[in-house]
Amino acid sequence: MSHSEVRQKYLNQLSGKTLFMQGDAACAYGAIYAGCNFFAGYPITPASEIAELLALELPKVDGYCLQMEDEIASLAAVIGAAWSGAKSMTATSGPGFSLMQECIGYAIMTETPCVIIDVQRSGPATGQATKPAQGDVMQARWGTHGDHEIIAIAPNSVQECLLATIECFNLAEEFRNPVILLTDGEIGHLREKIVMPDPDDIKLTPRRIANKGEAIFGGNLIPSMVEFGMGTFVHVTGSTHKESGMRDVETQSVHEKLVTRIYNKIDSNREKIIRVEKDYIGDAEHGVVSYGATSRPARGAVIRARKEGKKIDFLRLITVWPFAGNEIRELGRRVKKIFVPEMNLGQVSREIQRFTDCQVISIPKIGGIPHSIDEIYKVIRE
Amino acid sequence: MSKKHPLLKYLREEILPTVFCPGCGGGTVLNVYARAINELGIDPRDIVSVTGIGCSSWIPSPYYKADTLHVLHGRAIAFATGVKIIKPDMKVVVIAGDGDIGAIGGNHLIHAARRNIGLTIFLVNNSIYAMTGGQVAPSTPQGVPTTTTPYGNPEPNFDFTQLAIAAGASYAARWTTYHVFNLLRSMKKAIMKKGFAFVEIISQCPVSFGKMVGKHRASDFLKFYKESSININKAASMKEEELKNKIVVGEFVDHDREEFTQALRKINIKAQGLSHQADQ
Repeated sequence: MSHSEVRQKYLNQLSGKTLFMQGDAACAYGAIYAGCNFFAGYPITPASEIAELLALELPKVDGYCLQMEDEIASLAAVIGAAWSGAKSMTATSGPGFSLMQECIGYAIMTETPCVIIDVQRSGPATGQATKPAQGDVMQARWGTHGDHEIIAIAPNSVQECLLATIECFNLAEEFRNPVILLTDGEIGHLREKIVMPDPDDIKLTPRRIANKGEAIFGGNLIPSMVEFGMGTFVHVTGSTHKESGMRDVETQSVHEKLVTRIYNKIDSNREKIIRVEKDYIGDAEHGVVSYGATSRPARGAVIRARKEGKKIDFLRLITVWPFAGNEIRELGRRVKKIFVPEMNLGQVSREIQRFTDCQVISIPKIGGIPHSIDEIYKVIRE
Repeated sequence: MSKKHPLLKYLREEILPTVFCPGCGGGTVLNVYARAINELGIDPRDIVSVTGIGCSSWIPSPYYKADTLHVLHGRAIAFATGVKIIKPDMKVVVIAGDGDIGAIGGNHLIHAARRNIGLTIFLVNNSIYAMTGGQVAPSTPQGVPTTTTPYGNPEPNFDFTQLAIAAGASYAARWTTYHVFNLLRSMKKAIMKKGFAFVEIISQCPVSFGKMVGKHRASDFLKFYKESSININKAASMKEEELKNKIVVGEFVDHDREEFTQALRKINIKAQGLSHQADQ
């Protein structure tokens, strides 16, 4: 049986089942739904469960799961597999995500579709290794050197972990870019109900294979690609290259054209990529913006404040990058203050301030314990 | 009337000439590699060249006409691992330097050898970081001055071939750019080997390394290689002090054990024999 046949059979057995599952496990199943057939990773809390489940399940759908010698090698192997025709993924947490940054840049520059899951934990350095945080938001955006755009999605439930992982694979294929699933230790280790979708309801974006003679690294905004073994003698390099793939590191215009196009693939499609969840009321006075695990107590605090007559809008960023600047601008026009609870010292609150003149109030919390509803409520009821 | 070189068909002619400095050993390695592929009758469409950053990475990339993955400094073997698992029937050949896969990428070298994944590694050892202008490498002999060890290199150098053997390589050989016919034979064996195959090629850098050791012409190096090389068969009966400053060349290891991508495929057969279990 081919990979797609065994996968179909495997998913049919899961379809419609209601299970009690961890966020990390849902990410692993999401990868299988998306057609992932290559995973390489390195053990790290709180992401190891993704690798453990894929080690068990990927071989059943004729995929390959391996543990590499470090996180650098993991993403390197993932990129090599992608150019060989695989849908490939790695998963890690802060320290490993730091090690992967150079390879993320390589995937961007070579326009390699792949997925990187970062189950964020408390840093810097080893920090609180087993505790959740949202401290990698800016690293996801700017961690690798040079000009680039990135896509990062932050799920807030186990069900969404599965669906967002599929979405990451689809966006990776659509934009020929690495895509980051920015979950956190709280969501990764959270266990709750999940309904396994019917594979026939899941739309997958196939890889676009170039026709003979078509440019692999230019021509269109998002060029089609080839795979090794097709006889095209493709030349893939992280150095600045021409549309043919041949290196040209001397010509200013070649670099400008290449890097600007790669940037524009995402920047010019930002409204198409960005997803938010809005719960707005007619005449709100204040707004709360949150994402990932923190959006759960944030939502709870908004509900409680509303019960007491406070008029508060709620906005959840599902796509953290590209940033939902227009949504923030619009919210800023409606309200006087925007409250931003997040498990870091205000990374997204500063980004929000760039898009609005209204007062932005950060509600930071670090130290490995998520915000309680109370903690957020006490600030926003003022 | 000019006649085309018979091996030119293996190169991307449109981007020649190469960027190699005059006298560089890289041209010799490229020549012998193309000859090996030619003699083996391998279709270049069945080859993936994976290279990193450094002078030696330019040997196949972009000149050698095959699918080419030119990656980050140090990581060629890790990228190649992903390629080989998905494309086990293709020849995945890594040509890289001593700094590239012996220093920054040393970890990937030993673990790929341990896994016995069917990669072919040609480590071109020119004893220095040449592209960046002559900094000390883990292969630089002790005492030799470099730009970052101006008083002489205080560190002993690595024996990469012994490292690959200790880590589990199925095939390991070492030659110099003087030993082109021996190198050709070893390259052919390494390309055809099922498991992890490693050939160290001691190669001259008359520019960046030459200025450190007073050898300014390729011929200075080739004469030195000829005079200093001892075949492993002869070296076996020699004392350690007799082998000092000698280059031990030859075929060190050629044995068979299970190749990694085959082991992975066995796992899939095993896993698919089991009944499906949803999340516990």
